[in-house]
Amino acid sequence: MNQPTDQLGWLGVPLAILAGAVGGGTPFLFVSLGECLTEKSGKINLGLEGVLITGAMTAYAASYKSGSPWFGVLVAGAAGMLLGFIHAWLAQKPKVNDIAVGIGMISFGSGLAFFFGKAFIQPLAPQLPSFDLGGWSANPALKAALKICPLFFLGVGLAFAMDWFFKSTRWGMFVRAVGDKPDAARAMGISVTSVRTLSIVFGSFLGGIGGAYLSLFYPGSWTERVSGGQGFMAVALVIFSRWNPVQCLWASLFFGGAQALGPALQAVGVSGYYYLFNASPYAFTLAVMIATCSSKRSLAGQPGALGSGA
Amino acid sequence: MVADSGGTARRRICFCIQIDMSDSDSTVPESVAAPAAKAGLRRISLPRWRGKLEAVALPAGAIVVSLVLFGLFCAANGKNPFAVFASIDKAAFGSWYAFQNTLVRAAPLMLCALCTAIPIRLGLVIIGNEGALVLGGLCATIIGLKMPSASPASVHIAMALTGAVAGGVWIAAIGALKHYRGVNETICSLLMNYIAIALLSQAVNTWIKDPASLNKPSSYPIPDEQMLQPLGETSIHWGLIFGLIACGIAWFLMQKTTFGFKVRTIGANIRAAQIAGISVGPITVMACFLAGMCPGLAGMVEVAAVQGSANEALNAGYGYSGILVAFLARQNPLGCILISTLLGGLLASGGALQRDHQLPDATILVFEGIVFVVILYSESLYGRWRFFQERTV
Repeated sequence: MNQPTDQLGWLGVPLAILAGAVGGGTPFLFVSLGECLTEKSGKINLGLEGVLITGAMTAYAASYKSGSPWFGVLVAGAAGMLLGFIHAWLAQKPKVNDIAVGIGMISFGSGLAFFFGKAFIQPLAPQLPSFDLGGWSANPALKAALKICPLFFLGVGLAFAMDWFFKSTRWGMFVRAVGDKPDAARAMGISVTSVRTLSIVFGSFLGGIGGAYLSLFYPGSWTERVSGGQGFMAVALVIFSRWNPVQCLWASLFFGGAQALGPALQAVGVSGYYYLFNASPYAFTLAVMIATCSSKRSLAGQPGALGSGA
Repeated sequence: MVADSGGTARRRICFCIQIDMSDSDSTVPESVAAPAAKAGLRRISLPRWRGKLEAVALPAGAIVVSLVLFGLFCAANGKNPFAVFASIDKAAFGSWYAFQNTLVRAAPLMLCALCTAIPIRLGLVIIGNEGALVLGGLCATIIGLKMPSASPASVHIAMALTGAVAGGVWIAAIGALKHYRGVNETICSLLMNYIAIALLSQAVNTWIKDPASLNKPSSYPIPDEQMLQPLGETSIHWGLIFGLIACGIAWFLMQKTTFGFKVRTIGANIRAAQIAGISVGPITVMACFLAGMCPGLAGMVEVAAVQGSANEALNAGYGYSGILVAFLARQNPLGCILISTLLGGLLASGGALQRDHQLPDATILVFEGIVFVVILYSESLYGRWRFFQERTV
């Protein structure tokens, strides 16, 4: 996507960042929304990286076999739900650390994906369609930058819908109650286990869709290096956006743009620190976490039961 | 006066720990102990072997269950599970040559496992093993390249110290951020892995790049005479010795010293540790520093004994497998030695599975994942069976 920026010179840099924000930010958006829902219910799912890779593989395979990329997206979501269900079951056992379960699910999920995905590295699967919003422009770079996947708009809609869900619906309140004060929720007659299971499973569904976006749109192929750690970053992104779905949207766009910075600068000849620029999203997240965290109080918006094992 | 207050502090710690233990994995069931104490009877405790048996039986059972699940997985993919197991056994432990290969892989695993196993005693889940290994290897290489005419021994010592200190500082920073700024240590260590790997890529692609390495960007090579030599006639290198020593020291430190006692107290109940006057911050940072030294040293050994230069091959996943080892060994440094050897054998058998059974190399990853999941499930079974409860009369 960044190749045509050569002709634009320095103007290509902001354009590539913009394109990266939308193109590279969408998988961040889906995994961070999934993680946000999971963490709102009081559990952490570090295993979204495994879900993402599994989603990418199953989407590609299903799209190749059936010829329908949308069927691939659905299959990816279902595969994510399956892994999410294992995570939900295991992470709620007594004396089991949910972070450790996440690490286990990463190696389990990515292992399965690489195992069954070997056969699908070569063939070309049908890709997701795109909205060409750049039809008015004659500039090929701008045209390429404005090719936007419908999943992006779905994700944006979902972010606002989820915000409304948490703030204004009964079920949203259940999720928040379970995440903040599980004992109080139990006293209200809410089943903590069911709410958490549903949250984790649906969160993993979103993670699977994020994976489908990776293999069926951008970068648009299935390899073992398809994920650049977006699933890991989901956890950091959710902290970054203070457990607020709408802020997850802005954070994802920001991270997508930051990821495009290194390649964009390389395209205009600034390649001295190419590899370090690639790490800029991670360094930036770390810097924000150091600046805003405190050992005296928990972060504003943090679900009370998060990380406490309750 | 001072000695007295120290004594009170110690008594307080014991008290707090007893409270904490009674509600987690108690060794003496309260229902049995309390009435006996009330009646003023002297408690006769029988030899305590049931708890130890549980700590061995549950992981062993978990491994058996994972083997069965993995066998089913192989069978579902049309492979004979027994033939697959036989291949793994042959490739890992079948001959002295194969076993040497296993031990070569086990060495970095032992060192990396300690990076998770030590901080977890503080209650911190640190997964920055990969980053500490990469950074240790990179820094050791930079120092090694700076001493082209020094004697091999002094180069080795300088490289080992640099690697270990680099890894130690890297992980100590995570501990310090956790304690003084409340930054989540797991996320922090994850992010720092990416930063360390980016530093390595940047270094081997620009700063210390050997122009001769085109396809696989590498640093300038360490001269052959300065490489760590293998032990005797084998292919085993010093990494294994370092790993065994480090695991031994870690076990002694955690179980037999006041430092280890303080670390375990912080992990059991941080409030109680603070009340008892343990300086939580410095001990947290120190334990993390020691933990980080191990993968840093592993990185140095990978460069000086295996790769010969710093390159992307340092980032081969030993760090992530080390996390698995630490959890499988239930954070026991001596257990890490055994589990690392088993897992090293498993890693060494990847090629054989591909050759003999046309199974992709990801098969090993699937197996690791199954073992990890089953082991975590087994954690919830501690204290489930009465048979494993210590008996008192």
